[in-house]
Amino acid sequence: MPRSSPDRGAGLGAIRARRRRTTATRLGAVAGVVVVLFAVNVLLGTYTVTIPDFLRILGGADIPGASFIVLENKLPRAVIGLLIGVAFGMSGAVFQTMLRNPLASPDIIGISYGASASAVAAIVLFGAAGTAVSLSALIGAVVVAAAIYLISRRGGVAGYRLILVGIGFAAVMHALVSFLITRTDLRTASEAVLWLNGSLNSSNWDRATVLVAALVVLLPAAVILSRSLQGLELGDDAAAGLGVRVEASRLGLLFTGVALAAFATAAAGPVASIAFLSGPIARRLLDHRPSLGMAGLVGAVIVLGADFAAANVLPGTSLPVGVVTGALGAPFLLWLLATANRRGQGG
Amino acid sequence: MGPRKDPTAANTLSAEGLTLAYDERAVVDGLTVELPAGKVTVIVGANACGKSTLLRGLARLLKPVDGAVVLNGSDIHSQSTKAVARVLGLLPQTPVAPDGISVADLVGRGRYPHQGWFRQWTPEDDDAVATALEATDTLGLADRNVDELSGGQRQRVWIAMALAQQTGILLLDEPTTFLDVTHQVEVLDLITDLNRRSGTTVVMVLHDLNLAARYADHLIAMRDGRIVAQGPPSAVVTEETVSGVFNLECRVIEDPVSRTPMVVPIGRHHGPGTATPSPTSPTAAAVRGYRPNPQDTVPARVEAAS
Repeated sequence: MPRSSPDRGAGLGAIRARRRRTTATRLGAVAGVVVVLFAVNVLLGTYTVTIPDFLRILGGADIPGASFIVLENKLPRAVIGLLIGVAFGMSGAVFQTMLRNPLASPDIIGISYGASASAVAAIVLFGAAGTAVSLSALIGAVVVAAAIYLISRRGGVAGYRLILVGIGFAAVMHALVSFLITRTDLRTASEAVLWLNGSLNSSNWDRATVLVAALVVLLPAAVILSRSLQGLELGDDAAAGLGVRVEASRLGLLFTGVALAAFATAAAGPVASIAFLSGPIARRLLDHRPSLGMAGLVGAVIVLGADFAAANVLPGTSLPVGVVTGALGAPFLLWLLATANRRGQGG
Repeated sequence: MGPRKDPTAANTLSAEGLTLAYDERAVVDGLTVELPAGKVTVIVGANACGKSTLLRGLARLLKPVDGAVVLNGSDIHSQSTKAVARVLGLLPQTPVAPDGISVADLVGRGRYPHQGWFRQWTPEDDDAVATALEATDTLGLADRNVDELSGGQRQRVWIAMALAQQTGILLLDEPTTFLDVTHQVEVLDLITDLNRRSGTTVVMVLHDLNLAARYADHLIAMRDGRIVAQGPPSAVVTEETVSGVFNLECRVIEDPVSRTPMVVPIGRHHGPGTATPSPTSPTAAAVRGYRPNPQDTVPARVEAAS
């Protein structure tokens, strides 16, 4: 048989280049939507700011009322919304791609529940508030993730075992949260429930700063590690055959995914379903090619869109963003299961 | 002409006193073997004889408890896993195709060990992928989804991925599982083509003894984690070895097509001198491993006598 003619390789190269352009275009489009939603969140809503006013406020001009609302309320809220969307979206996509299962997002395999249980314990048992709650959420997520990893690990982690152990942990943590809430007084309980819903209402610059610092480290780590996802997706043996250091890469990806979800949860509470929704939507937008970047952008679109709806759909009240995203999650799960079954594949 | 490693610069692969174990149980026990360079080696043996384990060990997927796998003169575990992947390719028994991935993309994953931070996708990679697709006759499928392919096509695509890795040694774990006989022959013909054309050293595990005897240059028969016999198929596939390795009474005749040995199993119901045991005879029942259930109210022996 003849050795490949150069034009064959060039033909594949052309297809690849065209596909890369399509990917870039779609990423750009979704990024555009993120920018628009960010602007909508900052400028519109119950208190409307004009663009010239907004630019003057950023420039340092003091407009009575508007300056405070923009700088201390709207802007940190939108920034945190954007960042937790990116963090949850990427975290979910890391888990779903690595474990080859759309159910394997941190909000389903118990990592978010671990953060919740720990945070609620801090609120109810120690009367914690503010940063202390965030910190305990962070610790809870990491501890639960480590426990899931160690228990599901027997000479190498199998994806399905990790998911089952994770779902078990989610149930235990859920029970713990319910128990703590029933044992406390009404005021503390409502405070805990508010946190559990996931809300951007108490966003401030302190939280935003912590989140930015975390993402500056975690996003590049995720991008670097995502290269080995290409191999891990094919199964452990095939990945090892391709020269991927399977256990090391997986541990690194798990840690990055957990840290992304944990910092996002610490900043805004366990905003439901973002991690779970973003990955599959991003995949469909890119014709099934996994892309952490796209998943992050989709996450940001969901959070910013949902928060705008939550803040404005009922006049006079600002719903927690988690109420809206939670309502999106269940129908999406059903749709995912329905379409997966039609193709004869169980996830 | 694609830039390609000189395949005649033979890579050597051998195991020295190799012991492999899952948990505490040794599956391959103190095994020493040299895989002949540039030849097709087939490993056969009964289920659970350690043949797949040996292949995984040779592919450095299992860390040896004792002994070593030696690739090109040094311990395979002392080399960087990516460097090994440029010399030694592996097609595992059940690889997983990600949902909705296209054939070209999947085959492109085989270029992973040739890429790095600063060396991303190049025309050379496109060329390697095109060559692999062409060699496996899957170029026409390049844009299709792997999900949509038939079993035989899918297996050819996986082999193409291993080829895109451009290694001098290729290990395959039961590449014909789940394929009907037509596709089994097609896949094995393809693997033989690769070996003949580019001198790739092939090591594979096969279940079918007759296909193994036909396609192997070098045959290794294993039992209980050890090598019982090895050599050219005509020397290995004898009635004694087969009954020793597989616990199977058989005749060995010459394959009328390939002139290689062919195993014809005897079994209990066929052949001269194997009378079908009478079902009423209690001794025959015992011979067949039948044990009366202690819960039965009437003991089998009494029932037979009545």
